[in-house]
Amino acid sequence: MSDENESRAARLSRRAFMQGAVAGAAATALPAAQAQQARPGAQAGAATADAAAAQVMLNINGRSQAMRIEPTVSLLDAIRDHAGLTGSKKGCDRGQCGACTVLVNGRRINSCLSLAVMHEGDEITTIEGLEHGGRLHEVQAAFVEYDAFQCGYCTPGQICSSVAMLAEAEAGTASAATSAADLRGVLAPALSDAEIRERMSGNICRCGAYPNIVAALRAVHGKSA
Amino acid sequence: MKPAPFRYAAAQSLEHALALKAEAGEEARFLAGGQSLIPAMNFRLAQPAMLIDLNPLDDLDYITVDNGALRIGARTRYSRVEHCAEVARWQPLLAEVLPNIAHPQIRNRGTLCGNLSNADPASELPAVMLAAGARMHAHSAGGDRWIAAADFFINLFETALQPDEMLVEIELPALPARSGTCFIEVARRPGDYAMAGVAASLTLDANGRCGSASIALCNAGPTPMAAAAAAQLLIGGVLDAEAIAAAAAQAQEEVEPNGNVHCTADYQRHLAGVLTRRALTSAAARARQGTSA
Ligand SMILES: Cc1cc2nc3c(=O)[nH]c(=O)nc-3n(C[C@H](O)[C@H](O)[C@H](O)COP(=O)(O)OP(=O)(O)OC[C@H]3O[C@@H](n4cnc5c(N)ncnc54)[C@H](O)[C@@H]3O)c2cc1C
Ligand code: FES
Ligand code: FES
Repeated sequence: MSDENESRAARLSRRAFMQGAVAGAAATALPAAQAQQARPGAQAGAATADAAAAQVMLNINGRSQAMRIEPTVSLLDAIRDHAGLTGSKKGCDRGQCGACTVLVNGRRINSCLSLAVMHEGDEITTIEGLEHGGRLHEVQAAFVEYDAFQCGYCTPGQICSSVAMLAEAEAGTASAATSAADLRGVLAPALSDAEIRERMSGNICRCGAYPNIVAALRAVHGKSA
Repeated sequence: MKPAPFRYAAAQSLEHALALKAEAGEEARFLAGGQSLIPAMNFRLAQPAMLIDLNPLDDLDYITVDNGALRIGARTRYSRVEHCAEVARWQPLLAEVLPNIAHPQIRNRGTLCGNLSNADPASELPAVMLAAGARMHAHSAGGDRWIAAADFFINLFETALQPDEMLVEIELPALPARSGTCFIEVARRPGDYAMAGVAASLTLDANGRCGSASIALCNAGPTPMAAAAAAQLLIGGVLDAEAIAAAAAQAQEEVEPNGNVHCTADYQRHLAGVLTRRALTSAAARARQGTSA
């Protein structure tokens, strides 16, 4: 393969990958991509002091924890493997499922798509940090009450995402599903089922517990509205 | 999965970031939101030897408005732009496209400059930059230059940026009076990359005829595709159904879709025609109402 063909194959496979077509195009194009990427300097041998494990302080659920980790460690792996908080789940490791959703300074992000070293000084909240003194967070309680899960694998991510989603709605941020009437000046849009579904689009549930998740969130939102 | 080892450097200032990049060249990549780069690294589709983290650069997190022209910095994340009233007022096309890009968690991290530097022709944003006539402000340790959107996207995942350059901000010109814009796409699910999408921007002249027009499509070729001949057909004419249908047919001729596992190239070409017609119809109605979006 010429250099040009190789890099085109690499780029194509990245694109297919980002479009979620892993089973098809990306998987077959992978060897070409790796061949192209395996140049000097991109290999493990190029590691220098900056690539070595270093002390990182993370503030998770109000507790500061020091850990020795390499820059390659994702926030999700730091939370699970280094802090030992296994509530946050790894479903895909590429941003598509939301099972790893945590709150960083109150905003929801996918912890698989962030490096732990990027989060020194941030306030990180995981599913383990939502209850207070043995009392479940109201979203957790609503998930139990409305049976908003089956296997439970997506649930920690769903709940963290919901907590931020409700706060965003409370703060008056619109979504693609917000009606024109709500956009005109109403501060906190009433969350219709369509609104809840749109705002929760980053969290996938393979068990299909969506109707009960929506019901649980409608109930929590109804209480605060 | 784990990315291949890399050296990590947190940028302390723009100058620091540029100096690091000048030294490391192609070995290093800037790390913005990480929403494209980190998944590619997790699956070892990308193995940069060094990452220069732009996230500490708070002073590049801005949206400024000067006489209606918007400037957006390299650290500005999608969600800030999505919920900015000034953006909705001055560049409704940008406000309209953002909810179509990924999901809230990803929009809380991803940046516009990261998206554009990534130059994925399947992404909605490069097409919007073409239709809006945006400019890209690139900096290197040696200086800075402006690059028109039309010259920025070279090929699949390839931009005009040199190995020592960083995209520091983008500028979108003010939308003139009597303008209307529209972005519309077809995706398998909301938040997915589109099978095809169209961004259109129309401005009426004093007589209500089409004074200027721009049309750009995503996932319709190796770069975002401007349908320049289609837009040219509209200029000087009345924006009626017949003129719009002719432009839509022309746009279909101008795209070079590749097809993918979700849709054939023929279907993408079909979508290009239908969506161009719909986008132009809405944009024209908005221009006439003077509501722009
Ligand atoms: C599940 C999922 C769904 C998605 N769906 C969509 C979608 O529907 N539409 C869409 O458009 N996108 C989608 N994306 C991609 C998303 O929009 C990315 O955030 C965006 O493409 C990259 O922005 P970033 O800031 O995260 O950049 P990064 O991932 O940090 O960087 C991307 C590339 O640009 C380079 N780079 C970053 N900043 C600069 C700079 N300032 N100057 C020079 N180079 C730079 C990096 O080195 C890297 O090569 C999706 C992502 C995921 C995970
Ligand atoms: S594991 Fe992070 S989004 Fe799936
Ligand atoms: S409860 Fe099983 S994946 Fe959602």
